[in-house]
Amino acid sequence: MEDTFGDDDFFSDGDGEPITAQKVLQTLEEAWLNEKFCPDLLPSQADYVECMMEQIQQMEENVNKLKKNDFRVEVHHMELARIRYTITSYLRSRLEKIEKNTAYILEQEALRGPENSYLSEGELIFARDFLALQENHCKQLVLQHVPPPFQDFMPTQQSLVPNLRSHVFLRAKKDVDGVVIEGDRDSRDEEVDLEENSQHIMQYKPIANFVKDGTIQLI
Amino acid sequence: MFCEKSLKLIKELDRSQEAMPPFDDDGVRQVFEEMRGLYDQNVAAANDTTADPDGTAISGIAIRHAALERNKRCLLAYAYNRILRVRNMRWQFGPILPHDIKANFNEPEVQWFNNYNICVARYFKSIGAHGLDLTADVKPPKSLYVEVRSLTDYGKLELDNGEVVLLKKHSTHLMSRAQCEPLITQGVLEQISN
Repeated sequence: MEDTFGDDDFFSDGDGEPITAQKVLQTLEEAWLNEKFCPDLLPSQADYVECMMEQIQQMEENVNKLKKNDFRVEVHHMELARIRYTITSYLRSRLEKIEKNTAYILEQEALRGPENSYLSEGELIFARDFLALQENHCKQLVLQHVPPPFQDFMPTQQSLVPNLRSHVFLRAKKDVDGVVIEGDRDSRDEEVDLEENSQHIMQYKPIANFVKDGTIQLI
Repeated sequence: MFCEKSLKLIKELDRSQEAMPPFDDDGVRQVFEEMRGLYDQNVAAANDTTADPDGTAISGIAIRHAALERNKRCLLAYAYNRILRVRNMRWQFGPILPHDIKANFNEPEVQWFNNYNICVARYFKSIGAHGLDLTADVKPPKSLYVEVRSLTDYGKLELDNGEVVLLKKHSTHLMSRAQCEPLITQGVLEQISN
């Protein structure tokens, strides 16, 4: 793997701090797993995706320069196929969530404001188009034929909302203190501390923010 | 009972073995009629202020209203779940659907499919600098090459490395997965190993 990227491949993130291609891939893989297991939509890693895609292209060019019967070609091709799968699978699971919970996601996005956007630009356009598409379809097929008081299209009431209380498997990447687990009728709120590298099963909601800031990894 | 017909629509869609059962125009129309009937009754009852000594009219209106809401919900669920199937076909077969499947779409569904294609294509184009087709690389790669059998006389196919293979019916080949994946979904090739 280390061989696929040269050691001299450096990228710069927003703060001007150089990061290696290795790091980009690792971040993407973590984001991919999180997105896969998380009931809610997580902040987009579009910059990393773009960066990785450029990298793939460059690597493909490099690999093509190698001789055809060089055995390294196979290994590199396999690695590229894996990375490509990670990226497409990541973006697909995001898109599936957007399609399923369109109205909810757009609503949350509006509440967060443009600075804390979770959707990439393309995803936002897609979400809006998709909602309009659903509305148009419901109107054409159903709503225009029913009695007038029932003709409203109410996206936030009619669309699905992710179940934030569903359980997830997780691993703490650092020590996390004071995760508050809400009690129900019979029990009181409880605080738990998660040790570094410990694994747990719990509801997504109390740890949502730790997943977003990267201290907890879903597995 | 109210709402029986709308429930039947959903149940039948759920039970159907076909990829896409024909749109039940008749069933949907019957639900619309039921709704219209209920609504007219409610309007009449609400306007009739004279006779309601024991509050029965109010209860009647409430029940009919609930039935109307439920009917609406069932109809929307019916429409939505059909669309979900259409959507999955887009991801399975690509932007051009086989005719026998498309035959069971109704007009709004065809429109929806076309518009959805536009949305998806626009989104794919927006990813990265050159765009990315998310319908490719659907399965995690296990091996680079897969053994495939050709189901049709496809003709010549040029591989990424410049070699040309002739895909004849029943011939088997060892090809790179990335290259034959689209052909497998199109039904030109069939995977025979792993």
